[in-house]
Amino acid sequence: MTGMPQPFGLLAEVTHQCPLHCVYCSNPVELFERSAELGTDDWLRAIRQAAELGVLQVHFSGGEPLVRGDLETLVAECRGLGLYTNLITSGLGLTESRAESLVSAGLNSAQLSIQGDTAESTNLVAASKRFDKKEAAARIIRDAGLPLNMNVVLHRVNLDRLDAIIDVCVEWGAERLELANTQYYGWALRNRELLLPSKTQLDEAVGVYERRKAELEGRMELLWILPDYYEPYPKPCMGGWAQTALTVSPDGRVYPCPVAEEITTMEFPSVRDHDLEWIWAESPAFQAYRGTDWMPDPCRSCSRKELDFGGCRCQAFALTGDAGRTDPVCIHSPDHHLVQDALDRANDGAHGDAHGDGDGDGEQLVYRRPTVSARRS
Amino acid sequence: MDESELTAVPRLASKAMLRHDNVRDVELLLLPERVVLLNKSGAAILGLCDGNRTVQQVVEQLERDFEATDLLNDVMTFLKDARGRGWVVVT
Repeated sequence: MTGMPQPFGLLAEVTHQCPLHCVYCSNPVELFERSAELGTDDWLRAIRQAAELGVLQVHFSGGEPLVRGDLETLVAECRGLGLYTNLITSGLGLTESRAESLVSAGLNSAQLSIQGDTAESTNLVAASKRFDKKEAAARIIRDAGLPLNMNVVLHRVNLDRLDAIIDVCVEWGAERLELANTQYYGWALRNRELLLPSKTQLDEAVGVYERRKAELEGRMELLWILPDYYEPYPKPCMGGWAQTALTVSPDGRVYPCPVAEEITTMEFPSVRDHDLEWIWAESPAFQAYRGTDWMPDPCRSCSRKELDFGGCRCQAFALTGDAGRTDPVCIHSPDHHLVQDALDRANDGAHGDAHGDGDGDGEQLVYRRPTVSARRS
Repeated sequence: MDESELTAVPRLASKAMLRHDNVRDVELLLLPERVVLLNKSGAAILGLCDGNRTVQQVVEQLERDFEATDLLNDVMTFLKDARGRGWVVVT
């Protein structure tokens, strides 16, 4: 495999089942039923093949990975192979005994998500009333001897609460907090009008982030994931297509990133039919946008093409219907108006907010559920 | 050099995992969301931070293994940095 990149990380999306219904969920809009999920043996095989391919870290995610009763078996396999394991969890369903059994199996770390700093704000974006379970989960994770990493997705509804959100994570004993500005795919794209912040709101949040980062140095690490709509150039998504990591979805299909499932014009291979080495190195889907040969202009002649790799293929597809175009976030993209128009609306003073108290303008958040859309509270 | 620094017992942080990567043939420190590529001496030092050896004993072991002398300052500098990064805890 000379010249072929080797993946460092495997994102194992073991299920789409989840007790939360976040309006920005990165899962595809079409969710898999449990009956479509890979079995334990398929996952064990995929993990072994990933290790042979060079994967060093396995992130168990979903949905809520704790839904799978065989998680300990999968973690133990990773431990046996010397792979570092991370549990990405909502915290719902995490008990002391479950944490103990996962740690015994070899779990190395956990990342706990929160959606806001209170039960009310959690309910608004996740349609879940169990904020108390998250606080309990933070304690359980720390008591089990695991480093507590936390994550919050930021958007128009919670950016003004950033200070209070950071306070919660400090209080719960997090070592690291990822402040992930919403990326607009799938569910988040559906809800973009209500999630995209204004420039003023974002600038204030950046000020809070910088102040708290300095204040918390040595105590809690703060990480700011850029809101790409407000950047002049696209993000170097995943370090380029099929370069550093791969995602296996609940049904066994393999993607270069967690949201590539949305590129419905491409056929992605499955671990049920192929081994991971072929999928990574040779499958048409993984080769499609690897490197720079696929690029159209303006990327092809751009001096930044090795810096951002044309941006995100999934975003290009989501906004233009063609995964092979320049990411519309880029100011040089012929499709940039698709992003600029959304930004203009977000910065229009008349923009309706999802956290108002019912001023009757009809704005609705669509919750991550197969069919239900809930009117805002 | 403070005497207490020599008798301190460094231990790899529980969140960190040290391993040799057979695929790339390199020494690595695995952390949540992070992979650190170590040089040979860094890997050797961390490999001795087992929660039993004192800093003094780590240095003596390294001097034997590498047939070297005067490693104390280098080891202390590395351990201070590693501790600051949360790779190593000291008891």
